[in-house]
Amino acid sequence: MKIGVLAVQGDFAAHGRVLEQLGVPWCEVRHPEQLSEISGLILPGGESTTMLKFLFEEGFLEPLRDFARRGGAFFGTCAGAILLAREVTNPHQPSLGFLDISVQRNAYGRQINSFVDRVLSPAFGPPPLEMVYIRAPIITRVGPGVEVLAEHGGHPVLVQQGRCLAATFHPELTEDRRVHERFLQLVESASAR
Amino acid sequence: MIRDDLFRVKVGLAEMLKGGVIMDVTNAEQARIAEEAGAVAVMALERVPADIRAQGGVARMASIKRIREIMEAVSIPVMAKVRIGHFVEAQILQELGVDFIDESEVLTPADEEHHIDKHQFKVPFVCGARDLGEALRRIGEGAAMIRTKGEAGSGNIVEAVRHLRSVMDAIRRLTVLPKEELMAESKRLGAPYELVQWVAEHGRLPVPNFAAGGIATPADAALCMQLGAEAVFVGSGIFKSEDPARRARAIVKAVTYYNDPKMLLEASEELGEPMRGLDVSRLAKEELLQTRGW
Repeated sequence: MKIGVLAVQGDFAAHGRVLEQLGVPWCEVRHPEQLSEISGLILPGGESTTMLKFLFEEGFLEPLRDFARRGGAFFGTCAGAILLAREVTNPHQPSLGFLDISVQRNAYGRQINSFVDRVLSPAFGPPPLEMVYIRAPIITRVGPGVEVLAEHGGHPVLVQQGRCLAATFHPELTEDRRVHERFLQLVESASAR
Repeated sequence: MIRDDLFRVKVGLAEMLKGGVIMDVTNAEQARIAEEAGAVAVMALERVPADIRAQGGVARMASIKRIREIMEAVSIPVMAKVRIGHFVEAQILQELGVDFIDESEVLTPADEEHHIDKHQFKVPFVCGARDLGEALRRIGEGAAMIRTKGEAGSGNIVEAVRHLRSVMDAIRRLTVLPKEELMAESKRLGAPYELVQWVAEHGRLPVPNFAAGGIATPADAALCMQLGAEAVFVGSGIFKSEDPARRARAIVKAVTYYNDPKMLLEASEELGEPMRGLDVSRLAKEELLQTRGW
């Protein structure tokens, strides 16, 4: 099992450090051909506009859809969650649509409204998940078939649908490995089928 | 060193900008061109450094109207500059809601002895540095990101390379020093002892380390990345060139593919004329921007 981390820009190295700690082989993904070598793809935090532009221009769209059809798993954090969503607002922008959610970008405000909080998630149990929100989006709608794994302030912040996991916060910027571990289980169960 | 939630959130935004290009813009139209080209953030300015250099006079924080116009034009983070030591300009920009403040040598310093106490602010700061001691002094004051000073507005990469090499060499040196020599090294660097210890242990700066000051081509940007920078600022290099939109896209591409000569070749084709550039070694000492601040 090898995990790819989309390395256009953003905190891809932070995800890489987590994967190393968990003893999982990983690689930085900058070319569509690399999708054939991996079983799960992490879309990191960063600027969704920049990443989106890159995915369009470098011909990633079809290869990503193929990867999803072949059983590839996805994990998006913050900007990554925006890329995976079906609908994006503030402003409206295209997205991959692998996850039936709607997200509003920069929904908490600007950087001075960024924050850290600790929230108990029934799906993970104690201790509370440490959540770092940076110019974070808010999930404004979840479709049927989308499981909400954690909430904050009445909004879903960690959701899963099929082989797609998305967080509006940054587990890669904390020492809590449970969200990444859940993603790795997802990848394993997908490749075992 | 301080690792509270507020500082983590400040450094967190800097983490999100890694591998990206931050572009200087002076109006809403330029900001949209930058965003469209794939910039991860824009720096809102009254004049780009090349014009500040050419026109002279006192360079201050940009007008609020101009910064606000840029904030309204784009959805990516907006940065703005304050004069070194001018904490009231910083208070005003924080109130305005800019996402990052650059306490910058490009503007005329307000205080020749003291930089801003950046721990007092909720908004993160980036500061310029020429060497490791300067970088750690700024981090000690609360900077959440360090960039090389280079020589702003020169279109000449030589100073940014000098500063990057100086910082990276000093970091490498710290990692091999025996522990008992770290205090003397801290004295020599003029840097807080606990930050020197941290760097010796981890082999990197405790905050992201970006390059700035003289980047004019995709090759310049990739050179900085290969030398160890984690992202780049491009000031005059884009909007003082012949075809800003194309050059902006090319530099974005070069930073993503900084280690891939085939893609760097693609990024370097058909760009039009770069900005003219200055021979920094011929500039008079008092014309240098990098010697402002300490």
